[in-house]
Amino acid sequence: MHSRLINWFKFSSPATFYPLAGRLVPWFTWGAVLLLGVGLYLSFFVAPTDYKQGEGYRIIFIHVPAAWMSMFLYLVMAGWAAIGLVFNTRLSAMMTSSLAPTGAMFAFLALWTGAFWGKPMWGTWWVWDARLTSELILLFLYIGFIALKSSIDDPRRGDRAGAILILVGVINIPIIYYSVQWWNTLHQGSTIKMSGETSMDEVMLITMLIMTFGCWSYAFATALSRVRCIILERERGTTWVQELIEKEEGRGA
Amino acid sequence: MSEFFAMGGYGLYVWGSFGMSALLMVAEPLLLQRQRREIITTLLRMARQKRGEARTMDEGVIE
Repeated sequence: MHSRLINWFKFSSPATFYPLAGRLVPWFTWGAVLLLGVGLYLSFFVAPTDYKQGEGYRIIFIHVPAAWMSMFLYLVMAGWAAIGLVFNTRLSAMMTSSLAPTGAMFAFLALWTGAFWGKPMWGTWWVWDARLTSELILLFLYIGFIALKSSIDDPRRGDRAGAILILVGVINIPIIYYSVQWWNTLHQGSTIKMSGETSMDEVMLITMLIMTFGCWSYAFATALSRVRCIILERERGTTWVQELIEKEEGRGA
Repeated sequence: MSEFFAMGGYGLYVWGSFGMSALLMVAEPLLLQRQRREIITTLLRMARQKRGEARTMDEGVIE
């Protein structure tokens, strides 16, 4: 038990995680470029035309991945926030704040693409529907987290305050997810069902999943590169950052 | 080609959605790269300042 615990904590120090993240970023970047490239090709040239919505339904290939990512990234943030509070590890808090901007972007994109889809199909950009409203609250939670963190000078206290806000807000995720079942909403019910049979064309489903993994890979590339910036900033007093900076100076960065 | 952009009459909505997504998903990595460069240059300047102060201290500037 002893050695396994140390291994696990080996990567929990910013100094050891910084180079690891650096090695992972290119893989996730190329994964995202590849998957999104293939996904976009499928979205426009392979996926069949919808019998009811014609070509307009193709917005699904960015709307659904963005919405899934906005919820998924919030859950990952909540996970890191909980670990940060329990183990008091600085790196967990850094991971939480590195995910927030990308999560906020996906929440905004979910709302934006949803509105651009709703206008032609429902005839309105916005309606105070259960799902749309809870997704809007999710966007405010992301922005609130970022604003809260930047308003607290002491990083350690900022981490704790941020973590508490995220954990308080995590109840919003099941509300978004089940909103279409709890209230009779204008928004479509869940088409992709883990349990039952998914009522969707095969090619459309595959295209949407590829786009989702593309956005997932994109989110990890941005989060890992942002956590490296956060580590440099917060660990600037340490010797390993000084040495790294000297190396950068040598290379004329 | 033009009917491709027409998207069966939904062109504004489809390209409004994909366009905004592409815009943000390109802008964010660029902002991140700029943020990284800024941090490194700031840390470099601070390191140089510290070395500068250390030198004047060594040269017995203190009366």
